[in-house]
Order: sequence, then C-alpha cells, then structure tokens
Amino acid sequence: MTEQYYLSSSPHMHSGATTDKVMRDVIYALLPACLTAVWFFGLAALTTLLLCVASCLVAEAACLKLQGRAQSTLADGSAVLTGLLLALNLPAAAPWWLTVLGGAVAIVIGKQVYGGLGYNPFNPALVARVVLLISFPIQMTSWTAPLASASGVDAVTMATPLGEWKTAVMLTSKLPAVQPADYLNYLTGNMAGCLGEVSAVAVLIGAAYLFWRRIITWHIPLTFVVTVAVLTGIFWLVDPTRYPDPLLHVLTGGLLLGAFFMATDMVTSPVSSTGMIIFGFGCGLITVLIRLFGGYPEGVSFAILLMNAATPLIDRYTPPRKFGAVGEVVR
Amino acid sequence: MKIKRFPGGLHPPEHKSTAARAIEPCSLPDELVIPLAQHIGAPAEPCVVIGDTVAKGQVIAQPRGFVSVPIHASSSGVVTAVEPRLHPMGRPLPAIVIKPDGRDAWPDGLEGGMNPLLVDPLTLPPSRLRDMVRNAGVVGLGGATFPTHVKLSPPGGKKINTLILNGVECEPYLTADHRLMLEEPERILAGIDILRRILGVERVCIGIEENKPDAIAVMRDACAQRDIEVIALKVMYPQGAEKQLIFAVTGRQTPSGGLPMDVGVVVQNVGTAAAVADAIIHGRPLVERIATITGPALVEPKNLRIRIGTSLRHLVAECGGLREEVVKVIMGGPMMGHTQLSLDVPAIRGTSGLLLLDKNAVATRSEGPCIRCARCVSVCPARLLPTTISAYARRDMIAEAERFNALDCIECGCCAYTCPARIPLVQSIRQVKGAILAKRRLS
Amino acid sequence: MLEAILSLGGVGFCAALALGFAAQKFAVEVDAREAAILEVLPGANCGACGFPGCGGYARAVASGAVAPELCPPGGPETVARIARIIGVAAIAVDPQVAVVICQGDQQRATEKYRYLGISDCRAAQKLADGPKTCPGGCLGLGTCAAICPFGAITMTDQHLAVIDRDKCVGCRKCVEPCPRQVIKMTPRSVSVHVLCNSHDKGALVRRYCQVGCIACQLCKKAAPEAYVIEDFLARVDYRHAVKPTAGVEVAIDKCPTHCIRDDNPPPAPVPDEKPAPQAA
Repeated sequence: MTEQYYLSSSPHMHSGATTDKVMRDVIYALLPACLTAVWFFGLAALTTLLLCVASCLVAEAACLKLQGRAQSTLADGSAVLTGLLLALNLPAAAPWWLTVLGGAVAIVIGKQVYGGLGYNPFNPALVARVVLLISFPIQMTSWTAPLASASGVDAVTMATPLGEWKTAVMLTSKLPAVQPADYLNYLTGNMAGCLGEVSAVAVLIGAAYLFWRRIITWHIPLTFVVTVAVLTGIFWLVDPTRYPDPLLHVLTGGLLLGAFFMATDMVTSPVSSTGMIIFGFGCGLITVLIRLFGGYPEGVSFAILLMNAATPLIDRYTPPRKFGAVGEVVR
Repeated sequence: MKIKRFPGGLHPPEHKSTAARAIEPCSLPDELVIPLAQHIGAPAEPCVVIGDTVAKGQVIAQPRGFVSVPIHASSSGVVTAVEPRLHPMGRPLPAIVIKPDGRDAWPDGLEGGMNPLLVDPLTLPPSRLRDMVRNAGVVGLGGATFPTHVKLSPPGGKKINTLILNGVECEPYLTADHRLMLEEPERILAGIDILRRILGVERVCIGIEENKPDAIAVMRDACAQRDIEVIALKVMYPQGAEKQLIFAVTGRQTPSGGLPMDVGVVVQNVGTAAAVADAIIHGRPLVERIATITGPALVEPKNLRIRIGTSLRHLVAECGGLREEVVKVIMGGPMMGHTQLSLDVPAIRGTSGLLLLDKNAVATRSEGPCIRCARCVSVCPARLLPTTISAYARRDMIAEAERFNALDCIECGCCAYTCPARIPLVQSIRQVKGAILAKRRLS
Repeated sequence: MLEAILSLGGVGFCAALALGFAAQKFAVEVDAREAAILEVLPGANCGACGFPGCGGYARAVASGAVAPELCPPGGPETVARIARIIGVAAIAVDPQVAVVICQGDQQRATEKYRYLGISDCRAAQKLADGPKTCPGGCLGLGTCAAICPFGAITMTDQHLAVIDRDKCVGCRKCVEPCPRQVIKMTPRSVSVHVLCNSHDKGALVRRYCQVGCIACQLCKKAAPEAYVIEDFLARVDYRHAVKPTAGVEVAIDKCPTHCIRDDNPPPAPVPDEKPAPQAA
C-alpha cells in the first residue's frame, strides 16, 4: 500500500479553539485588574501576584510529577490563572507565607486531588481564599489603604466599605455616612480591599473582553449582579438608615470580580443556560443573606462555593429542552 | 424581516472557492466501478455477468425490496468483473466493473437518455411518476442517498402540505448545488413540478443560504411565474439538516424520533429534483451527478459532472492532480463527510464532494480534559448536552446516555468543531448510539 | 452550659430512639447463608457471574437458583467453600485465563491507515474495520485494559494488549468488548498458545505481519496431538494439550514466525529483526 491517510470520524474541521487559548483569554482579561492593583497597592501587590502564580505553578508541577502525568498540562495556563485569581482575592498586605500557602492549597486541595483540570467541583482559587480566611482571619482582613506607599505613609490600615458598614451598624445601629465621591472611588478602586476587588472599572474592562471573546455569557454574571441589586434594594427601600444602597453592594465586596471571573469559572458552573441563571440567582441570594444577616461583611466567596456544590444537581435537573420535544416532558 | 434560522449551530469558514467555477464535464475513465450498495436500504442484485455488453443507462442491478433502487451502467462498455471492490464505506463490497468502450452510447442510438416522454408528465398519474422515479434509481443527492420514491410515498393518513427544496448547501467547501441552481434552474423547476404533482402539495419553498445571493436571484427569477417561494436563510451550519431546515422555513418542529412527514413536510435536495426531471422527461436514469472536487491539496478545484463509478484518482487527475501531499481524503463535506482509505475508491450516488486535505488542514492535536465550557451545549442544534452524553458514552454507561437523548443527535459535528479540549464528541456519541440501538434490538 | 448539654443530649437521645425504631421496623431479612456466601466471595464485584455484584450472586446461590461455580475470580477454593455452605458437592472447575492471541504490535504488523480519534478499539473498528491491516489483529487502543476489573491487561508501548496470567482471574469481561475477538479463554493448565488470530492465507499474512501464523503445518508435524489447523490458522487443541505427553512445547522452536509462545514464564520478546516487508 503506497498511500496511508488519516481516517477519523467526522467532523474533519475544527474551530482552532484550544483550552490554552481559553485560559489565556481569561488571563488577559485579568490584566486590567492586576495593573490597577499594582497602581493602588504598589510593590506589595506585584509581589503577591507573582508569588501566588509561582506557588501555583510549582504545586501543579509537583502534583503532576507525583501522579506520573505529563508535565505538558502545566503550560495550559490553568495554574497561572488560578494563581492570578487567588492573588486578586488576597489583601495587599498578605504575608509571603500566606500567599505561598494559598497557592499550594488552591492547586493541591482545590484541584489536583479531584483529578486535575476539569474535575474539580469547587473553584480552586476560592477554596484557597476561604481556607485562608477561616484559618488566618487577621492576616486576611488587614487591609492596606490604597496609594499608601505613594503618600509616604507605611501601611495604613483601614476597613473595607462593607466591613465599615457592618461594624457601624453593629455599634451604632446606623450606617456610616457615604459621600457621593466615595462611589467614584469604589468605581476606580480607591478603597480598601483585596487586590482585584477594589476597581470596578478594571474588572468591567476585563469582563467586556471576555464577552467579546465569547468566553463567558451574560447568564451567570447578570443574574448574580441583578439578584444582589434587587434584593439589597428592597432592604434599602425598607430602611435606608440600616441597609446600604444597592450601588454600594454591587461596587464593593468583590461582587463584580466574583460575578464575572469566579462564578463564571466553566468547570464549576452549570452548562445549560437555565442552569446558569439558577446558579447566578443562587449566588446572588446567598451573597445577600451572608452580607445582611451573616457574620461576614462579604459573602461572595462563600456564595459561589455553595453554588459550586449545587452545580451537579442543577445540571441534572436543567438539561436543555431537546429539539423535537413536542408536547413531551424532558427529564 | 427576521432572517430564518434554527436554534444552535455555528458558522465555520466557508472555503467555497469553487463557487465561481462553472460545472465542467469529466472525461471518461478507463474503468467504472459501480457498487451495488449506493443507497440506504437493501443493496441491489446484479443482473449482468462478466462479458456482457451494456449500454449507458442500462439496468445492471435490480432492487431488492421496497427500500431499494436499481443501479444503471454509467457508460457503455463491457462488464469485466462482478466482485467485491473497496467501497467508500471502507471495506470491499460487491460491485460491477465496466470497461467503457469510449462511445458513451445510450441504447438504440438515442441521445441524452432513454424513452423520452412524449406527453406532458403532469398528465400522468402520481403512481406512474413515482415508479418512473424509482426505475431511474433516484436517491437523495444531498448525501444521505435515501431512495426518493420512498420519501414520495407517504403512508395513508399522513397529509403532506409542504414541499421544501433544499438548496442550503451549508457544508463548507461544497458548491455543487450552488452551481446547479445558477446554471440549470430549469431542470430543478421541472423536477419541482413533477414532485408537486406526485405529492399533491400546495406550498413549495426553496431554502437557500444568504451567502448565495446569486443563486437566490436566479431561483427567484425562474420561479417568478410559478407559485414557489424562495426563502433566504441565515448562514448557519447545519441549516441544511432536514429537521433544522423544516423549522427555519415552516416553524414546525419535527418530533423527536419522527419523520418530516409527521409535520406534513417532504424535503428534497435541489439536485434530487433535477434528477427527477431527467428521469421523467428524458428517461435518463441517475448515472451522473455534480460534485465539488476541492481542498488545499488540489491544484485546480472544480465542480465536475461525474459518472457514477469514476475512481477518485481519476477525479483528482481531472483537477490537475495534487499540489501537496494529501494526508486526508474526505468524501462529502468536512463536517459530515467520510474519510477514505485510498483514492482507488469509486464516486457513488451520494458523493456530493471530494475534499483533499494537506497536513496543515488536519488537526492532530490530542484531546484534553473537558473544561465544561458549554460551547458544545450552546451550538448543539438538537439541543442536547454533548459533553454529558459523551462522558457517559466513554464509560459505557449506555442507559444514562440514552436518558440524555443520545439518539436525538444528528451527528452534525458542531460540538466537536467548537470543543477547545478537542474531544471527539461526535465519535463517542455515534458509538453509544450504536450501542443503544443494539441493546434495543436485543430486548 | 447546662442548656447546651441538655439540648445536645436531647437531640442525641431522640435520634437514637428513631434509629433504634427504624432498625427494628425496617429490618431486612437476610438469609444467613447468603451472608456467609458473600463473606467468602472475593468482593471484586466484577460481574463475571452475570449478576450485579457479589451480593446479587450470593443471593442467587443462596436461593438455589444458580450453581456455586460461576465465580472465576474466586477459583476452586471459593467454589468449595460456597458448596460447603449450601451443602452440595463441589464441582471441579477448570480455571481459565484470558489470552490475547496476537503479537502484531505497531513494530511487527502494518496498518492500512492512521487513526485519529478516541482510544477505543470499538470506535476504531467502525472506521474501515480498524487501522490494522490484519483483520484479526489487536488494535491496541486499550478497550480491554480499561474494562478489566483486575488490572490484568496492560498496553505495551507498541500498542499491543498483554494479559498478565497471574492477575487474570478468568472473568471473561474483556472477551466480548474486543471488536476483533482477539482475546480467547484458555485452560490455566496450558500455557502454550498460538498467538495469531488471522485466518488469511500465509502469503497474505506475511505481507502485513512478521509474527502471524502462516499455517505452515510445522507445529502440527512436531506435535500432531496438540495442534489443529483450521481455516489457515493453527491453534492449540487444549483438550489434548493438557496431557504431558502431547508435547505441546516441542513446536515452540519449530514455528518459523515465532507465533507459538509459552506464557509461563512470560516469553522473551520476539527477536526484533525489522521484517523485510515483502513486496506487495
């Protein structure tokens, strides 16, 4: 036989999409948030970002080696992405060991113990964030004032807007006064908080890129944000002296970062559009419950993790209605 | 007006470089290998033996059963063998081999067909017309090769009110139907008149994708005097899939597991309509078809009018030979076509195209884990969960795959095309569909 | 403090009551013999007996519906113990072992095309009857290895399935899924096999495989009792080969294509002279 061709099952064309490209696109989308973090928090932010990514890569490589699997998946960008996401969920003042530990937890406990990319039920970066938040609450909630290094003052600590509100209501049963100018700061990121949660604008620029590249759809982020806005809006209308307005809720507490980058994590969110809407609503509802009635001022991480746990169940009960299911109920 | 389409789907690069090339005749090959299995249903039974002299259009194999059609000699010559030959399905299957005498002569010195009809075909009873369609060996030329007379014989109780002509040609690379509509609209219209007479339908539509404005214009022009709608459809693969086309044109959803006739529709490819006209008016059986011979490995891609049984090697030579080393040979389009073992395979009635890919056009990247990006879910025109079905299929969990409606998959390839993890979703779903059907046959 | 102790204790007490009630009310009657049988079964839940798991088989045996010797992984010892439990005479079972009767890996056998797709021999077989030119050869994509519940099947670097006779319990699960029926069940007492599954004529076999049986009759001449040749393929006649006098081993060195192998101990690899591909 002189000629030997490839034989394969159809289709014989491919869009050219690869997992690496998907991961790379998300990483690009995170760059504005990373840059603003470095702008506001200076070298500390840069160190945290780099340390976290490095820690994730080393943990991933070690896991792959231990399991005797090819190191090629190291290059797919998923570990880098996890590292970036985790770093953006850490305060700028996080000590180096906390960052390194977080990276290792994210990869080992959040991802590899389940079998690696594609098999983890929970968002690895959020697993790490929550582990750190519960284990090291002091370090995880010591916020540096933005632009502190620029003003020459060394590490001024201050509270996040939601934290401030929660404390104030607890102590005085009254909301602290919020100036209109504060909203501008929430928008640009001139407030205390995790590296990535501070700048709404940077997150939204990245999100726009993700939409343009069709990495994410509107279903999860929109329902998430709208649910939070509507529910907090109701409480605000009922008692504006006790409950902050929905705009504050949407712009602070990492809601946008969570809605556009964490809740949309493909591996841990539902696949059908109905499922995604349920998922987004659940995230919003739990976030609001935690923020208004729970012990933590911010609830996005917990909300997403809880909904991650519900994803298989949601997927099971929300398959799309098949084409041709005329007058027939699909399970 | 909103452009008509169906849910799901995608738009791969069209690569229709042959769209501007007129249909050319193909030279007579040295040998014609005419397989007995060229249609869905029972293979035909040979009725010639080695040494017989046959005329062009002569029946060389008789149908077996209702869902079967006769096979005809596609040129005049001598039968040199009746034996298994490599078939496009990938294994040797019975075929009749004819050595052409070079005269390409129809019987009795007739020109361009046999028994030309001397009366207006529309005065003949539908049953007679249907028999003539069958005797001419007409099958669906879109690629599925389902015997046309069967589609034209709806069981009693099924009322057909709409005939849809499929001029969508949504597969990338292929332009055969496009050229047919541009160059020979009168053949298609003559066929439509006959099909309409057989089915007794009111409404006739021709669906054409918007990326063929010239074909839409030509068909609109040709249909001006007739009560036929030419409908421009959104460029979206798989717009030409039967149930998707019906939905786009009529808004009717063919029930799962049902047939178009369950919603009162019959769909015929435009090429099939032309073949029906040839069969009835000129008594010319299906001995040739139009096919697009194309691909990056080919010197000069063309639309050729090919005789059934011509080897792919001859078709390649007819298009100036190979420019690059070909690594993948596909019969049909790139989304649903079948890869071939060799170029020494005959073109058959279902050969809508031949695609020759060089190494740059073949994706050999190995698959990775599913990252649940849900792209397959959003493009699936059958509205299934390809990744879920595939995951069950890979674990031999047949009952679960069935519960997620694996059998509704139309194997269009959208899911695998779009999968960033390069999972061969269609292959595993196809595999489990076979397993489900096998299990059903057992029980 | 007291409040906490009381409330927790109360909850615990109520739960205990509920559990105790449930245990009595919904107790499932278990045949003592069934439990005993389950105890002696290997617990691999391999399904070789045809029942869903060891529990299903134990129930069936206890009820007298099926014989005790359907558990190949358990071997004769398990059969004897089950027989004792249900009080029947143990039937001698002939333990079996699965063998891949092919040595045509990528080095030694040709392929008619390059396969792209899922690693499943059944899927590859659907594309032009599989990439191996030989119609009976192992496709080497690992369907059997993935199915084997005992990890007894491994794939070589050159894509050939090899069964470890020490790990194989003879459960037969790999036999039916193989699209080329290249896995055969053989008596454990015989370790010499003809490792070829091609019924093509010798001249054709030589064209696509260095280690295929060419039906040259030399094995049959060397040990007439132990070999049969049918349809251009030699095989060991296991009924006679079990006899020490059959001389099944003497043919090993006679085979010109090295396709008769003794599996115990595992044979040294076939000398890898790159086969002169015969002019087609």
